[in-house]
Amino acid sequence: MNTTMISRWLLWGEWRAHWLQFLVALTAIGIGVAMAFSIHLINTAAFNEFSAASKSLSGQSDLQVQSRSGFFDEMLYPRLAGYPEVQLANPVLELDVTVSGKQQNRNDHRLKIIGIDMFRAMAIVPDLLGLPEEGKSLDRVASDTIFLSPAAMEWLQVQQHDHLELHAGLETITLRVAGGLVRARAGQRLAVMDIGAMQWRFQQLGVLSRIELKLDNGVNHAAFKVKLADELGDAFVVTEQTDQEKRIANMSRAYRVNLNMLALVALFTGTFLVFSTQALSVVRRRQQFALLRVLGYTRQQLLRQVVTEGLTLGVFGSVLGLALGYGVAVSAIQLLGGDLGTNFFPGVKPGIYLDPLMALLFFAVGVTVTLLGNVAPALEASRAKPALALRSGSEDMAMAKLSAPWYALVCLAIALLFTQLPPIFELPIFGYLAISLLLIGGIALMPYLTARVFVRLLRFQSDQPGAVGMLAAARLAHAPNQSAIALGGILASFSLMVAMAIMVASFRISIDQWLGQVLPADLYVRTAVSGDQGGFQADAQQQIKTLSSFQRVDLFRTLHLTLDPNRPDITLFARPVDRADPRNTLPMTDDMLMPGTIPEDVMPVWISEAMVDLYGYKTGDRIRLPVGTAPNEFLVAGVWRDYGRQFGAIQMLLTDYQALTGDISVNTVAAWLQSGVTADQAIAALRQLPFGSALEISNSSDMRALSLEIFDRSFAVTYLLEIIAVVIGLMGVAASFSAQILARIKEFGMLRHIGVLRRQVLMLLAMEGGLLTVLGIVLGFLLGWAISLILVFIVNPQSFHWTMAIHMPWPWLVSVAAVLLVSAALTAVLSGRRAVSAQVIRAVREDW
Amino acid sequence: MLRKKWINPWAAVLLLILNVIGLDGLADSGRLKSVTPDYQLTFPLDYGAHEDFRIEWWYITGWLETEDRKSLGFQVTFFRYATDMNHDNPSRFAAKHLIIAHLALSDPAVGKLMHRERTVREGFGFAYSKQGDTDVKLDDWTLVRQTDGAYIVDMQDSDFGLQLTLTPAQSPLLQDQNGFSRKGPKPEQASYYYSEPHLKVSGTVFRDGKPVLVKGSAWLDHEWSTAYLDPDADGWDWVGANLDDGSALMAFQIRAKEGGKVWAYAALRDASGDMTLFDPDQVEFMPVRTWQSPHTEAVYPVEMRIRTGNIEWHLTPLMDDQELDSRQSTATVYWEGAVTLTKDRQPAGRGYLELTGYAKSLEM
Repeated sequence: MNTTMISRWLLWGEWRAHWLQFLVALTAIGIGVAMAFSIHLINTAAFNEFSAASKSLSGQSDLQVQSRSGFFDEMLYPRLAGYPEVQLANPVLELDVTVSGKQQNRNDHRLKIIGIDMFRAMAIVPDLLGLPEEGKSLDRVASDTIFLSPAAMEWLQVQQHDHLELHAGLETITLRVAGGLVRARAGQRLAVMDIGAMQWRFQQLGVLSRIELKLDNGVNHAAFKVKLADELGDAFVVTEQTDQEKRIANMSRAYRVNLNMLALVALFTGTFLVFSTQALSVVRRRQQFALLRVLGYTRQQLLRQVVTEGLTLGVFGSVLGLALGYGVAVSAIQLLGGDLGTNFFPGVKPGIYLDPLMALLFFAVGVTVTLLGNVAPALEASRAKPALALRSGSEDMAMAKLSAPWYALVCLAIALLFTQLPPIFELPIFGYLAISLLLIGGIALMPYLTARVFVRLLRFQSDQPGAVGMLAAARLAHAPNQSAIALGGILASFSLMVAMAIMVASFRISIDQWLGQVLPADLYVRTAVSGDQGGFQADAQQQIKTLSSFQRVDLFRTLHLTLDPNRPDITLFARPVDRADPRNTLPMTDDMLMPGTIPEDVMPVWISEAMVDLYGYKTGDRIRLPVGTAPNEFLVAGVWRDYGRQFGAIQMLLTDYQALTGDISVNTVAAWLQSGVTADQAIAALRQLPFGSALEISNSSDMRALSLEIFDRSFAVTYLLEIIAVVIGLMGVAASFSAQILARIKEFGMLRHIGVLRRQVLMLLAMEGGLLTVLGIVLGFLLGWAISLILVFIVNPQSFHWTMAIHMPWPWLVSVAAVLLVSAALTAVLSGRRAVSAQVIRAVREDW
Repeated sequence: MLRKKWINPWAAVLLLILNVIGLDGLADSGRLKSVTPDYQLTFPLDYGAHEDFRIEWWYITGWLETEDRKSLGFQVTFFRYATDMNHDNPSRFAAKHLIIAHLALSDPAVGKLMHRERTVREGFGFAYSKQGDTDVKLDDWTLVRQTDGAYIVDMQDSDFGLQLTLTPAQSPLLQDQNGFSRKGPKPEQASYYYSEPHLKVSGTVFRDGKPVLVKGSAWLDHEWSTAYLDPDADGWDWVGANLDDGSALMAFQIRAKEGGKVWAYAALRDASGDMTLFDPDQVEFMPVRTWQSPHTEAVYPVEMRIRTGNIEWHLTPLMDDQELDSRQSTATVYWEGAVTLTKDRQPAGRGYLELTGYAKSLEM
């Protein structure tokens, strides 16, 4: 008989006898790879599609010129076109217009309208040229026409020739859908108008959003960019295509990286499960291997045997995982969209592209982690002295090598150290490393802790009668390694779940409280378009103020500023703020100037936490912002908490803003109801105004509900991952118990032989399972709590630039713990039934 | 897509018929004027733009000779097109007039036509056509008539271009009835139309950035109208030629969709200024040899016999491939080429032949 045959025969024999464990290990590695691979696929697809869609808007331009404050005078266009280096200048006016009746989704109710001069755009962004009806060419330069992408037509439910009503400020304008944008990307929601028509109809006369430049051949882009930026001054930013890409990548990076980390956690849990299955299987077969050694098998052959097992498992599991991951990615994108319902990539409908190289990489990762889980048991199996290993009861000793408390303590110590380190590339890399080290250390510490805890328990129990309880405790106390492996699965999944649950609950409660602070008024009234002008001019503001329904009315002017061309825009709010004590207006953090200490002659601004992280502003700093005709100096008077805008936001006094810019229009009116007036009555009164139909009126309680709904949807994926982690953990319990119980058949036979009832053996198993799970839950809770601290105080501030307070979701945690406890005990009993079924005598006789 | 068939004067008119009149009715806004026979052309005023009319063009073709006596053909056209829209729009971008320009160079050594087109809306000083005298601009392409009557053309693109001075040697030739040029059986199917034949050309042709000095003779047409083509029109054949004896010949026929012709016209002015006009039935275009385009598979009668009254002219192209295939940018395909004329087998002169409507099936 040659070794290959023996090897194959051993493999088959093992798997046939323990097909359930094999299946569980296969599934675990499969799910791990599938999660990681599908999240990678979805992220890549969504990101690529989003950046392709964004790129299709800027087309073939070499440089883009934008104003830091959003809009600028159109006379820059002839000036730029006059540069000898410039071959073509393409003026663009871009507005995100609110579509009435689409406000139920707060992040997703806007239609992007791009105003172009088709004769200039043709050479730079040909995809933006609308396709009019045959013979109606001039529709492309007409003042009453709009061209819509297929996705926009579907969204607005209009066709070519239909009329579309949009709001510009307080006016309603009707446009004719003259045709389609056939080259828009799938799902890209986009409209194009003639630039002159758009300036006129949307009341943006004389302004542009950006100018795209195509440079003459031979002009050094970088040098010209510097020259131009220099000549245009501080109020403008000049960007290249690569800057655009950076900006887009920056926008969604934190989200993508965090999702990838979750996927890696799933892979990690899968690896751990493979490790426990393999370890137990090797330990169980010590005698078998020893026999083979005695019969002439060399160490290398044995090692190869175990590694082959792991390799086979890894290959099948990874292939399964790739297939599963692809399927999950495709259906998730169809059901939830490329951003999994979070609106990080709005209006994008990506297709999954299977990159063979990446598939190969994930396959390799799957096989490698499986092998890693296999190496320690394999080494142990090959090193064991055959004579010793042939004897029964040496299994737990064999595991001793795997449990080294010092190594666990080192992991925990490094984890602690890592929590003190700053982010790398604005990502909480050390935070994630700390989490994995905590997990590894915690699991590695398990055997030691199990032994300590159950030895204690045994001593405590020995005073009282109860053979079964004593037996269970004795088993757990004196063979801690095997128990610990079973425990490891529960520990890993439960602690991750606890961590996620605490984090999500903390986040949700913080957001809820925050919403109460930032939405103090009863009604919020907006106009339908955002552009250079806030929709409410002085007379409209006056008309609302004089309504008898309201006791107080606050005016808000919001606009976007570009402080760093590589980053997404920040939001500027100009509004009344209590200068003496901003806590009366804003959700301030503790980081602020003492109330009443702001000098009279400076203009204060209050910055969101993201501004501190991203731009390095600190309380007490004097900063320059592009507000007004030239950049002006402001004093940072404090930091406030903002969950709404992770790219940064600044609040300033409306009076300062109006003095600097002369712009007296506002975007939003916050109104407090007069006592005795209901919201409906107030809304009716607003609708009675001459411009009433163009108003977008929201109730603050609706806005809160809507925000929380969006929050819950964003975390839907997290809940899914949690459930998967728990299922993997339970599978681990089932696998390790059934493995252990088979190994302990002799023990049970012996117990039956000395008069222990079958019922009692099952009870013993249930108690073992239960005790173990209780320990797992307690430790898992501690570990999870520690991880949640890292998530709340490190990962969140570092990736999204906001802080929050810890809140414990006790009911949820307790019920999950109870479910876990019951299912673990049940799993232990079910796995044990086979062991105590019959042939007690034979089981005893087998080895003695 | 904006089908800029108006790149070519006649094509522009076809566009007008199909797109505007055919669907929206003639002079729908009431803002644009119609062409009437009683108008007296006055110069220099009528050298300039006529913004009250829908379409207007300055069209120059000619033969050039390099210092080493190689022949080249060139064509330069500027159009002004009134969109008849956006009158109330105060935006500087409001598209009230479009300026379209076209540059083409025929060089037998290259074997095919080199050409460029541009379209820009009037505004911001990038593009305009001024009133009072010829002064048209499209980005850095310009056509200006100086006070001494000479035209300065400056049109350069990335790989070729022209800088030419065209000096008149004869007075303007008012076509048809004192510049009122009929284009069909109905009286309103007409344009205002004058030509300046025998323009003396000197200047520079640029090829891949290298200047080449040239001399030659050119022909200018200036024509404006609001609407005039018969709905039955299928395409047209046109020729304008400077004859060696100092006389000038212009002839065209508008072909009917069902065969035959909708209208035809020819004028021959001798060196002393005597004009001979020919009625539609005295003008006949007869294909001699056809050439099939390898680019579009359209078949053009590139060699023609043209009969005006008792005279028969034989037209031979400078080269066969003078097809203007701009489907990528403007969806227009036609043949516009330098030709030599012979009469009774004797060299008679040189001019330009334009053949449109032959590749129509490809455009749809």
